[in-house]
Amino acid sequence: MKDGGRGNGFRFRKARAHAPHPTVLERKPGGFIISKMSDSTVETLEQTSVPTLPEIFLGFLGIALSGFGGVMPWAQRMLVEKKKWLTPEKFAEDVALAQFLPGPNIVNLSIVVGSRWRGALGSLVACIGLIGAPVALMMILGALYARYGDAAWLSGPLAGLSASAAGLVIAMAAKLAAPLFRGKRIMAISFAILSFIAVGFLRVPLYWVLFVFGPLSVAAFWWRLR
Amino acid sequence: MRDDSPIGGFILTALFVSVVAVGGVNAVLPELHRQVVDINHWLTDKQFADMFAIANASPGPNMLIITLIGWSLGGFYGAIVSTLALCTPTCALTYLVAQAWEKFKDAPWRIAVQAGLVPVTVGLIAASAYLLARAADHSMMAYAMTAATAGISYFTRINPLWAMAAAAALGHAGLV
Repeated sequence: MKDGGRGNGFRFRKARAHAPHPTVLERKPGGFIISKMSDSTVETLEQTSVPTLPEIFLGFLGIALSGFGGVMPWAQRMLVEKKKWLTPEKFAEDVALAQFLPGPNIVNLSIVVGSRWRGALGSLVACIGLIGAPVALMMILGALYARYGDAAWLSGPLAGLSASAAGLVIAMAAKLAAPLFRGKRIMAISFAILSFIAVGFLRVPLYWVLFVFGPLSVAAFWWRLR
Repeated sequence: MRDDSPIGGFILTALFVSVVAVGGVNAVLPELHRQVVDINHWLTDKQFADMFAIANASPGPNMLIITLIGWSLGGFYGAIVSTLALCTPTCALTYLVAQAWEKFKDAPWRIAVQAGLVPVTVGLIAASAYLLARAADHSMMAYAMTAATAGISYFTRINPLWAMAAAAALGHAGLV
């Protein structure tokens, strides 16, 4: 039962070599999980698959090593666009959960998706994949910095990198916002714009927006779902 | 709270910063600076700025500035323990919440919470994109790099690392 959501003919092909090939679609909150991707007629649906532990590790390692000036856009690129482990909607939901919990958002995200895919071990592997190499690198750079004591030369490249990294976050925001606009979801768009103005222009502290707009938005959706 | 070795104090700071970091790193950087530079004088202002630059310019979560400061205050073990202080408590909490989250995935309240939180998150990420661009863009070249990277990432399948490498090179040449 617990394994139901993780079923995937490809990833378990050794364990389930003799299992029948189910073509049944499982309804997930964020889209469809195809149990067996053998039929070209399912192309129109969102296809996601459940990665193995080594795949999770390498996936998050790749995210970490690409993440210059910010990691979250790279998580979107890897998890949604390249590997198709998450639908865009599911990714948005997981980022929301990660953001509302304390701690670095990207680390929280690794825990959330890792645990869904492979339980506690999945979380651990995703988290180590994400921070292991960067932590080692930090220590090497820390040692170099202790020896040479100057990183002022970094200011030039960093100016370029920061400008470029801001562009990545803009693209990520656009990709996350696109489904709201496509679906003409007026209420969701309103809350997104309100949050944007509050933090971007009015410079309201983040936690105010999280803990005032968050519950308001939830209440609005709850009221409408009833 | 001060004693001879600053690493013990810094580990508490890392723990504190991690737990109050709701919504991301940028929200807690001023507080981290206040603790490390202004109150405890563990680092000079220049050292902090340098470490911020190093953490930003190297791959991985920018929050790992904590690892770097831990290294400078307590060496290898300082770096490891600071990083653990940063990650372990919040990871444990996130794991527990994620478990509960999956368990109730068909509950109406959970669907409402999820549906309600996503728009706010989209707005916050858009706001941080705007603030990052405003902080980074002081020249036409910088605006162009921001726009080019956003365009490449949104409209094409080209790896944006190329745009970032080009931007870093232009910055190194003093053109940004």
